[in-house]
Amino acid sequence: MPLPYYVSPEQMMQDKAEYAKKGIAKGRSIIALEYVDGIVLAADNPSSSLHKVSEVYDRIAFAGAGKYSEFEHLRKAGIRHADLTGYMYSREDVSARTLSNAYSQSLGTAFSTDVKPLEVEILVVQVGVNGQANEIFRISFDGSIADEKSFAVIGGRSEAVQQYLREHATPQPPTLKDGLRRCLSALEQVATQKIPSENLEVAVLDRNRQGRKFRRLTSADISLLFT
Amino acid sequence: MRKPRLRCSKNCQPDCDDCMNPMSFLPHHDGSSFFDFLTQHHPELRPSLYDITMQRAGVPVDLGRPGTFPVPHGTTVLALKYRDGAIIAGDRRATEGFQIADRRIEKVFRIDEYSAMAIAGAAGPCIEMAKLFQTELEHYEKLEGVQLSCEGKANKLGQMVKANLPMVFQGLVVMPLYVGYDLKRKEGRIFKYDITGGRYEESDHHSIGSGGKDARNTMREHYRLGLDEEAALRVGLLALYNAADEDVGTGGPDLVRGIYPTAKIVSDAGITDVPESRVRALYETMIAERRRS
Repeated sequence: MPLPYYVSPEQMMQDKAEYAKKGIAKGRSIIALEYVDGIVLAADNPSSSLHKVSEVYDRIAFAGAGKYSEFEHLRKAGIRHADLTGYMYSREDVSARTLSNAYSQSLGTAFSTDVKPLEVEILVVQVGVNGQANEIFRISFDGSIADEKSFAVIGGRSEAVQQYLREHATPQPPTLKDGLRRCLSALEQVATQKIPSENLEVAVLDRNRQGRKFRRLTSADISLLFT
Repeated sequence: MRKPRLRCSKNCQPDCDDCMNPMSFLPHHDGSSFFDFLTQHHPELRPSLYDITMQRAGVPVDLGRPGTFPVPHGTTVLALKYRDGAIIAGDRRATEGFQIADRRIEKVFRIDEYSAMAIAGAAGPCIEMAKLFQTELEHYEKLEGVQLSCEGKANKLGQMVKANLPMVFQGLVVMPLYVGYDLKRKEGRIFKYDITGGRYEESDHHSIGSGGKDARNTMREHYRLGLDEEAALRVGLLALYNAADEDVGTGGPDLVRGIYPTAKIVSDAGITDVPESRVRALYETMIAERRRS
C-alpha cells in the first residue's frame, strides 16, 4: 500500500483557509451598524425570498455571508438553540454571547476536522435594552470570533466597506435614515454601481419595539425613508 | 469514522448521527417543528413524555391511579365571535379538590400576533402546553420566514392535545380552546378539541371547563350575529358571571380583592388585552342592575 503524501499541518490549514476565503469573497457584503434606537442590518441581496439577515430571538439577529446552504444550516441551528434555551429557562436568558460561542465551537471543529471547511462568515447581533450596550459578534469560517464596536462587515470585499464606514464614522450613533444611507453608500462604493432599493435587504433590531425587536423593512419602507 | 466528541442530547445512542456531525453542539435536525425537535433531541423536556423517558432510563415510574392525588384544575373559559373578530375570556380560579389553589391564575394566553388560547384542565400541564405552543409557532415563523395559516396552527394544537393522551389516563387532562384571526378570510375563528386531538370549528361561540355548560347556556340566550365589541364583551363576561354562580370551580369577579376575569380581543389589529378597568366597569354596571331589580 503506498503511503499518502505527508502534508504539514500548517500547509493543510493554510490551504483550507484559502479555500474558505475564496468562497466567501465571491459573495456580496453585509453591514451591521449601530443607530440611535438599535442596530440596522443591510445586505446587498437581489433575491427577496432567500434572506441573508434573519431573526433569531427577541433581541438577537443573524446575518450570514458565503455559501447559502451552509449559513442557512447555521441559522436554523441557532434558532433551535435559542428557542430551546428560552423554553428551558426564560426568554431573558437567551444571549448573543452564548450563541456566538456555540457557533464558534462548531465552526472551529468543522474547520479543523472536516475535509472541506465551511465557506461562511456570520454576524450575531444583540440590541441592548434598559441602558445595556449593543453586542456585535463576527465569527469567521475557522471559528475565530471578534467582538465589534459600532459596526461590523462580513462577505466579499468587507475590508473596503469597513474602510468606508471607518472614514465616515460619527461620535454619536446616527438616526436610522442617516445610518441606512451610510450603509447604502458604502455598499454602492464597493459595488461601483447604484443599488436599487428592491435589491437591498434591510432589517432592524429596534429597542423601542415591544417583545420581539426584529423587523424587516420592505422596499416601500426603504424608499419612504430615503425620500 | 470519527469518534463522537459531544453527546447531542442526553438520550443519544453511541452511534448517533448527530454526534458524528461536526455541528454536534447544534444538533442537526430537519423540519420546522419545535415540538418534533424536543421529541427527538430532548424528550425529557417534552410534556407527557416524562414517564416514558424515565422508564427508558430504568427509573421505575408509578404515577399512581387517576384521581388519587390532587392536581390544580383550571375552569371556565369561553370564546365568542363579534363583528371584527373574536373575544376570548376566562375566570381566574384554580381549585385542588375542595380547596382554592390560586385566585389569580391566568387561563387566557396570547400565543402569537394573531392567535390566543384558553385552557381548562390540570393547571401545570395546561400552562406548559401554552408555552410550548407559543414557542412552536414562533419557531416555525422564524425558520420558514412566514407564519403558519390559521388552520395550520389549529391542527398543530390538535396534535399536541393528542400527544397528551397518555397523561389523560393519569388524570391530567389538558383541554384548549383556540381562537385565531384568519388573515385570508378576514374573520376570527374558534376551534374546540377533544382529548384524542379531534379538532372542531365552532361557528359562533363556545365554552369549556367545569362551568362551560352554564356559560354556553348564557351565551346561547344572549348571543346575536354581528355584535359589536362592547356588546360581545358584555355577553362573555355575563356568561362567566353566571358560570361562577352555578359552578364551585369557577371564580366570579372578586370585588373585595379586586380580581376580575381576563379577556383578550382577537382582530386584524392583533391580540389586545382588555384592560382590567374596563372589565371592572362592566361588572360594576352589571351588578348594580341586578341589585336594583
